[in-house]
Amino acid sequence: MSDDTPISRRAVIAGAAATAGAALLEKLPSPTIPQNPPQGTAPADPSTAPGAPTSGASVRSAFETPARAPVGILTGASLTPLHQLTGSITPNDLLFERHHSGVPTIDPRRYKLLVHGLVDRSMTFTLDDLKRLPSASRIYFLECSGNGRGAYRDPKPEMTPQQVDGMTSNGEWTGVPLRILLQETGVKRSASWFLAEGGDAAKVSRSIPMAKALDDALIAYAFNGEPLRPSNGYPARLLLPGYEGSTCIKWLRRIKLIVQPNMSKDETSKYTDPLANGTARQFSFAMDAKSIVTSPAHPARIERGWHEITGIAWSGHGKIARVEVSTDGGRTWEIAELQEPVLSKAHTRFRHMWNWGGGPTTLMSRATDEAGYIQPTRAVFEATRGKGTDYHYNYIRAWNVEQDGRVMFAV
Amino acid sequence: MKMRGGIAAIPFLALAQLACETKREVPPPSGANSTPAAAAAIAPPASESDVPRAVDLRPHYRGIGRAATAAEVRAWNIDVNGSGAGLPKGRGTYARGAQLYAQQCASCHGPKGEGIAPNPRLVGREPSDFSFGTDPKLVKTIGNYWPYATTLYDYINRSMPFNTPGSLPPDDLYSVVAFLLVENRVIDTSLVIDAKSLPRVRMPAHDRFVQDDRKAGATFK
Repeated sequence: MSDDTPISRRAVIAGAAATAGAALLEKLPSPTIPQNPPQGTAPADPSTAPGAPTSGASVRSAFETPARAPVGILTGASLTPLHQLTGSITPNDLLFERHHSGVPTIDPRRYKLLVHGLVDRSMTFTLDDLKRLPSASRIYFLECSGNGRGAYRDPKPEMTPQQVDGMTSNGEWTGVPLRILLQETGVKRSASWFLAEGGDAAKVSRSIPMAKALDDALIAYAFNGEPLRPSNGYPARLLLPGYEGSTCIKWLRRIKLIVQPNMSKDETSKYTDPLANGTARQFSFAMDAKSIVTSPAHPARIERGWHEITGIAWSGHGKIARVEVSTDGGRTWEIAELQEPVLSKAHTRFRHMWNWGGGPTTLMSRATDEAGYIQPTRAVFEATRGKGTDYHYNYIRAWNVEQDGRVMFAV
Repeated sequence: MKMRGGIAAIPFLALAQLACETKREVPPPSGANSTPAAAAAIAPPASESDVPRAVDLRPHYRGIGRAATAAEVRAWNIDVNGSGAGLPKGRGTYARGAQLYAQQCASCHGPKGEGIAPNPRLVGREPSDFSFGTDPKLVKTIGNYWPYATTLYDYINRSMPFNTPGSLPPDDLYSVVAFLLVENRVIDTSLVIDAKSLPRVRMPAHDRFVQDDRKAGATFK
């Protein structure tokens, strides 16, 4: 796929992160430039001598160095390297993060979750309590609603899938359904919303309709088979399938059942979507259908001949029904193969074989979900919501294949 | 395992009354100068209220979890909502707020709230036409974007000052809020800010917020 050496490819990634990363989040400090990790070395013939001994926690091959791209420091994010991943599950150390006042250190033995407000019985639950209750393990995507802001506001050809859309990840969340906690506390009839609040220094809080609490909301304590990592909410977080990431409160310490939404900072001054008609959309929870080709994509450089065009598609409204791929800039579309099983509100891997004849062209993907929603073009998106709109940037992404085989983000 | 089987086996009780309840218009915050537009903004999204509440809400696992103490609830029950519920006793003035702002806030947000990158600007009234959707260069501020004055108290209390969040007592918080509202030309320097006056402060952008009208389906909005 690429004739770059690993080192030069990493250098390109690091350089692009330095220039493009800043555009991904508003007004944050300059992104940290990842150091080039040591290149792997191997004996000429590994079959002639014993290898390394057994170990506790295994590590990646020294030849493989996928890494998140940090942006900002205490108020910041770190982006999943979508172009370095296959399948649909995001490894735990590469799950994207976003936080507003640093990553707190929480002792699981002292952790407690308070559930109060319009309940019959105010209760607290320890981490052990949560783990004693009936658990569920489900695969869901988690996407920041600001994902794609840099690509919309300040697109650059050198952007990788990580820089375009690295604030989405996918994996298996294990926890206790929120409705099971609410069975224990009881729910008063006047409860129409609930407030979820984190135990970090920002104490981020969001108001969510009760219907979601009684539907598929999860208090998650594990991801991909192991406890949540601190940057992703250890020891427990809210996970609202299909909803914008900001609502999935990390380091969850409190749930309060309420009559009307709180009008917190992150549901008024942030995470509201200004529209072209002079209004701003509030409580825009659901993430609409979206897709992105992750290979071939920048910084890949391809040769003539056969290539697998592959990427991920997802929808906050259910399953992906269809992904179409265009290899001619959107003039014609072909149906891509979807990796089974296709799961609701989860990344779905798509694939389409393509024989590149050598001329410049543009690759695109277009997702349709089971509700019939079709990912819009950028032109339609911009005309409908406006050039200055914010959040929920789910229009079609495109990659230009240049004459020399370089693949560049289409701006 | 018996318990888990029990959950699945219990016929869900369709709580029709609750389902109806979520469909009603939630009244606007009392005390605020609310408008029909504001009421629309705080009603539950239609797509969500259509989900029936078909869940059995009887306790199943007595012995897991315990009753919260009043002290536990008091320690964490910090939220202040749009109608002012949750605001504590106390009062603040612009003069005191100006002193506190200079000491606690100006190093990050600038002496006049103009912002010091990457920390956001807080003060400004332009644009007056809320044209954020069409102009990506516009900077959102308290004066041109925030719909509720109560959010200032709620947010500053929970998250600020950045290095010592939660350290300011109510009188100081009310004073900083007063300072920011004056600097944004929302109130006069003479207005004392407290639990009664703050929810009555009408923010310039209050009517600009609308309920999410997107729904699952073919239509792009």
